[in-house]
Amino acid sequence: MSEITITIDGREIKTEEGELILNAARANDIFIPAICYLTRCSPTLACRICLVEADGKQVYACNSKSKDGMQITTSTETIEAERRAIMEVYDVNHPLECGVCDQSGECELQNYTLEVGIDAQSYAIKDTFKPVQNWGLINYDPALCIMCERCTTVCKDMIGDGALSTKPRNGDTIDETFKESMPKDAYAMWNKLNKSLIQPNAGDTLDCTDCGECTAVCPVGALVSSDFQYTSNAWELSQVPATCSHCSAGCQIQYDVKHATIDNPEPKIYRVKNEWNYVSLCGAGRYGYDFENRVEAKDEAAFANAIEAFEKADTITFDSQITNEEALILQKLKESRGYRLINDEARKFAEFMKAYSAISGTATYKTPLKAVNGANFVISVGSSIKTDNPNARFAMNNAMIMNKGAALYFHPVADPVVDDMGKNILSVNHAPMQEEAVMYLILDLFSKKEALPADVAEYLTSFHSMKTITVTETIKEKVVEIVKEMKVNEETGEEEEVEVEKSKMVPKKVDKDVEVDENRLLEIVNAPKTFETAMEKMLAKKDRFALMVGPDFYSHPNAANLARLVALVEKYTDFSVTMIPEKGNTLGVAMICDLDTEAGSSTIGYNVKGDFTLSATGNGDLDMPAMNQQEGTLTSIQLRVNPTNAALGYKGYELNDIANALGLNAKLTVDYTVKLGEIDGFKSENFDDLPNHYTNKGEEMRGYELTVNEVVTSGDESVAPFDEAAAMDEAMVYRGNPTLQFNDFTNKSHQLNETAALYVSSDYAIANELSEGDTVLVETTKGSMEFNVKIDSKIGGDIPFVPSFDSNLNSEALFNDYRFSNATIKKV
Amino acid sequence: MMSLKEFENRNVSEGAYYKVDIPDYPETGWEKAKQVFSRAIKGELFVGLYIVMREMIKFDIHTVQYPKEKLPIGPRYRAVHEMQRLWESGTERCIGCGLCEKICISDCIRMDTKIDEQSRKQVTEYTINLGRCIFCGYCAEVCPELAIVHGGRYENTSEQRAHYIGYEDMLTPFDMAVKGQVAEYPGFGAITPHEDERVKSTPLAY
Ligand code: SF4
Ligand code: SF4
Ligand code: SF4
Ligand code: SF4
Ligand code: SF4
Ligand code: FES
Repeated sequence: MSEITITIDGREIKTEEGELILNAARANDIFIPAICYLTRCSPTLACRICLVEADGKQVYACNSKSKDGMQITTSTETIEAERRAIMEVYDVNHPLECGVCDQSGECELQNYTLEVGIDAQSYAIKDTFKPVQNWGLINYDPALCIMCERCTTVCKDMIGDGALSTKPRNGDTIDETFKESMPKDAYAMWNKLNKSLIQPNAGDTLDCTDCGECTAVCPVGALVSSDFQYTSNAWELSQVPATCSHCSAGCQIQYDVKHATIDNPEPKIYRVKNEWNYVSLCGAGRYGYDFENRVEAKDEAAFANAIEAFEKADTITFDSQITNEEALILQKLKESRGYRLINDEARKFAEFMKAYSAISGTATYKTPLKAVNGANFVISVGSSIKTDNPNARFAMNNAMIMNKGAALYFHPVADPVVDDMGKNILSVNHAPMQEEAVMYLILDLFSKKEALPADVAEYLTSFHSMKTITVTETIKEKVVEIVKEMKVNEETGEEEEVEVEKSKMVPKKVDKDVEVDENRLLEIVNAPKTFETAMEKMLAKKDRFALMVGPDFYSHPNAANLARLVALVEKYTDFSVTMIPEKGNTLGVAMICDLDTEAGSSTIGYNVKGDFTLSATGNGDLDMPAMNQQEGTLTSIQLRVNPTNAALGYKGYELNDIANALGLNAKLTVDYTVKLGEIDGFKSENFDDLPNHYTNKGEEMRGYELTVNEVVTSGDESVAPFDEAAAMDEAMVYRGNPTLQFNDFTNKSHQLNETAALYVSSDYAIANELSEGDTVLVETTKGSMEFNVKIDSKIGGDIPFVPSFDSNLNSEALFNDYRFSNATIKKV
Repeated sequence: MMSLKEFENRNVSEGAYYKVDIPDYPETGWEKAKQVFSRAIKGELFVGLYIVMREMIKFDIHTVQYPKEKLPIGPRYRAVHEMQRLWESGTERCIGCGLCEKICISDCIRMDTKIDEQSRKQVTEYTINLGRCIFCGYCAEVCPELAIVHGGRYENTSEQRAHYIGYEDMLTPFDMAVKGQVAEYPGFGAITPHEDERVKSTPLAY
């Protein structure tokens, strides 16, 4: 991409060759009206209001690329006439219900109607009956819908569900006379609008992963959260910029806060919004927001007990749903008072990164997730991607659609959501414990063999053999035949029969023996028969490769070997590597805390059960503020330190109060933000100086980027072979969560609250004669537990999910560290 | 015209003062006593007493017997709010748009809304803190439904500093609305005459 100069309305601006005119204008604060275009998605040309004149020709700014020296005018007389007609058409039969509409002044239809100055209507058509529809978490009012198709576009191009489509409106046809009298584009746009409405693919109900992104992008009040609808005007809500803490994506969010009711002046979170042009939320972030821990006052007795417990304890166990500042406080307590810090999940991630750095030479992985959005060939391995990090799935889908990309998804559990992402993604459901084979396969398929360490290359060769197979080919064969013809004898002038030779080509099927290369790794990872032919197509014209590895790897018995394999892939192939941290701030905790393996005799638990428990869910010995009541920073998969703010107040004690009582000294928890600079990779920045927004160019101005530090490598690049026999093939369970659930906090939110169950695919339920609500006993070598069965249309295959989002269940106790475990499941 | 120069002249005494004609203050005891008697003993006292007596005897009293009796109040007077219903159907006019809540400059209106069974916006609670209300009339003026209006009830005495009035208290009784006993409010916020001539009509395809 090269920098070019274009001129918009007489202003020279610099942009990139091929950048859409609309985006170039927006990046330079030049306003071009546009309704249907969504940044990061493909243009749909539904609204046509973005008309501009480029080099004397009328084009749509949202789908025309800039060329060097282009002269662009954003408004001419004909364009203005089109815009006016377009807005009038949008207003035809539009209900006059701005007074109650949830858009409450944040409506693009209202804005453009005023911007264009519509004060009279010239068009008319008979209205159709369109009742409102409830789709679960979302309400759709077709009467308000302007058919911009932003909802269907974001669902397809960004989220990957493709759960919405258009259906016929069944209205009158537009009066003939308008065709002549109306501006051309406005007529075309009306024609399209008049033909369709939005509907869920599944018919009357919406069957999707419930991200709610369609409601975020809807420019009018047609798609709204059913829980929020009619509860507050937008202007009554105050905005608190924050960061979602449920998973490692660390999405930018904004809490909308207002007093609860007339009788209750306590502030309450009404909804969560996002900068949908630059970040897409999943449903956990959007609907899981009211998990605050309300306490009436400081509980002095409990605090005294806590200090006493801390004096006695030798261990602090905690999970990764804490801020960087809290992690630093824990680390400082360790340094000053010698506590052991126990967080196995983060420790395993730290160890994985350490093993990886021995070859890669960097302290952490070095590519943020956004590299996946830019890639055109993506591989995901070791992660149940849609629930480990929904944004990683969005990125993979977005890469496939926007960059004409393709993807490979390696995971033992079949995922219907991933499979539905299109024909350019190929799922390979390998057996658990064969992740190393997958990594070897990636090396085999993508590395330059000559460059690979000799023993690795040799090991890979050992899986190849030449095999003779019989292929049926169709060949064209020349057949010569003698035909008799009547011909006039030139001498005699009489007709006589002669024999002539004629040759023609006829197709013929032949069997042929050919020597082909057989790759046994494919068979080991259980790749479909069509893998090689599919890959040939998928790899055509691909030049930007991205690999994501997930949490299955970190807790794998052979994690260290996997980490080294990952590093080899990064070094010897064109793939960049992004690691998906398992929990909200796993990366931060792994970098900040020096974690121990063995717990001592007396433990303090922070959001984990201990001899004395500090809890932000309210069921411990001392209450702690939940993430929406805290200021601090979180470290995301984007290798970024993002600030988050307190949406609601908190009247109790915080970890900082305990730390102060134990000899540390900081007025506020966020006084530790600047001290994070002591940790490799972090910067010394004051909390109050950290920005949290995006610019019109789409630059992410949030917190700061981590520095990826170099470490010395030993030069040893050896990796261990994998054990084919270790493949797990008996009945088993997987430790994983259903969509929308991550932890106690998502589950505490009123829109998401559910009773944890054993989540099974419908195939599994049929094969094992289970139905929804049945009670089953799950038994592993570690113990047994009873669950109700829930049939989840979002999982496939025959491995049920044992959820870990409800810590009261302590379902982790069923597993060794690895996420898969052999299990017997019996109906009781 | 004043200019900056005049303002900058801080020496205001120069030529700016003149004397007012005030008689000298009494100084001695005698002068003071003289002033007291000349002011106190005057015939006017008895004129007043006479008028009161005369009117008492005539029994023709013009005093309004407040609070038993009240004077009619002008339509544009802005006293305690009322919530109107639609004529005939009696449906509550307030749609819960929240504009009155937003515009109120003393921030004394609050409302709770929710979605009802028919997918409509429903006002579940609505209060005005009359202790803070300055009766400016903005709420009535902004209301797109002519729902909130100022009524004629001007008594706001209360034992509490914050005196709330709820939705129910303000709402026009249903019976009165359906019987057509409520006139359209002519006061603050009502539509101005000739409104029909000013709107452009929208074409219809029916
Ligand atoms: S969508 Fe916009 S124009 Fe339509 S009723 Fe709502 S606020 Fe008004
Ligand atoms: S529902 Fe909203 S986003 Fe979807 S087409 Fe209608 S107006 Fe556009
Ligand atoms: S909620 Fe998300 S997944 Fe569901 S239809 Fe809307 S955009 Fe698509
Ligand atoms: S849970 Fe993860 S993907 Fe979902 S909104 Fe939060 S940070 Fe983003
Ligand atoms: S302005 Fe009128 S319609 Fe709107 S909430 Fe107030 S009283 Fe109700
Ligand atoms: S924004 Fe370009 S056609 Fe709608």
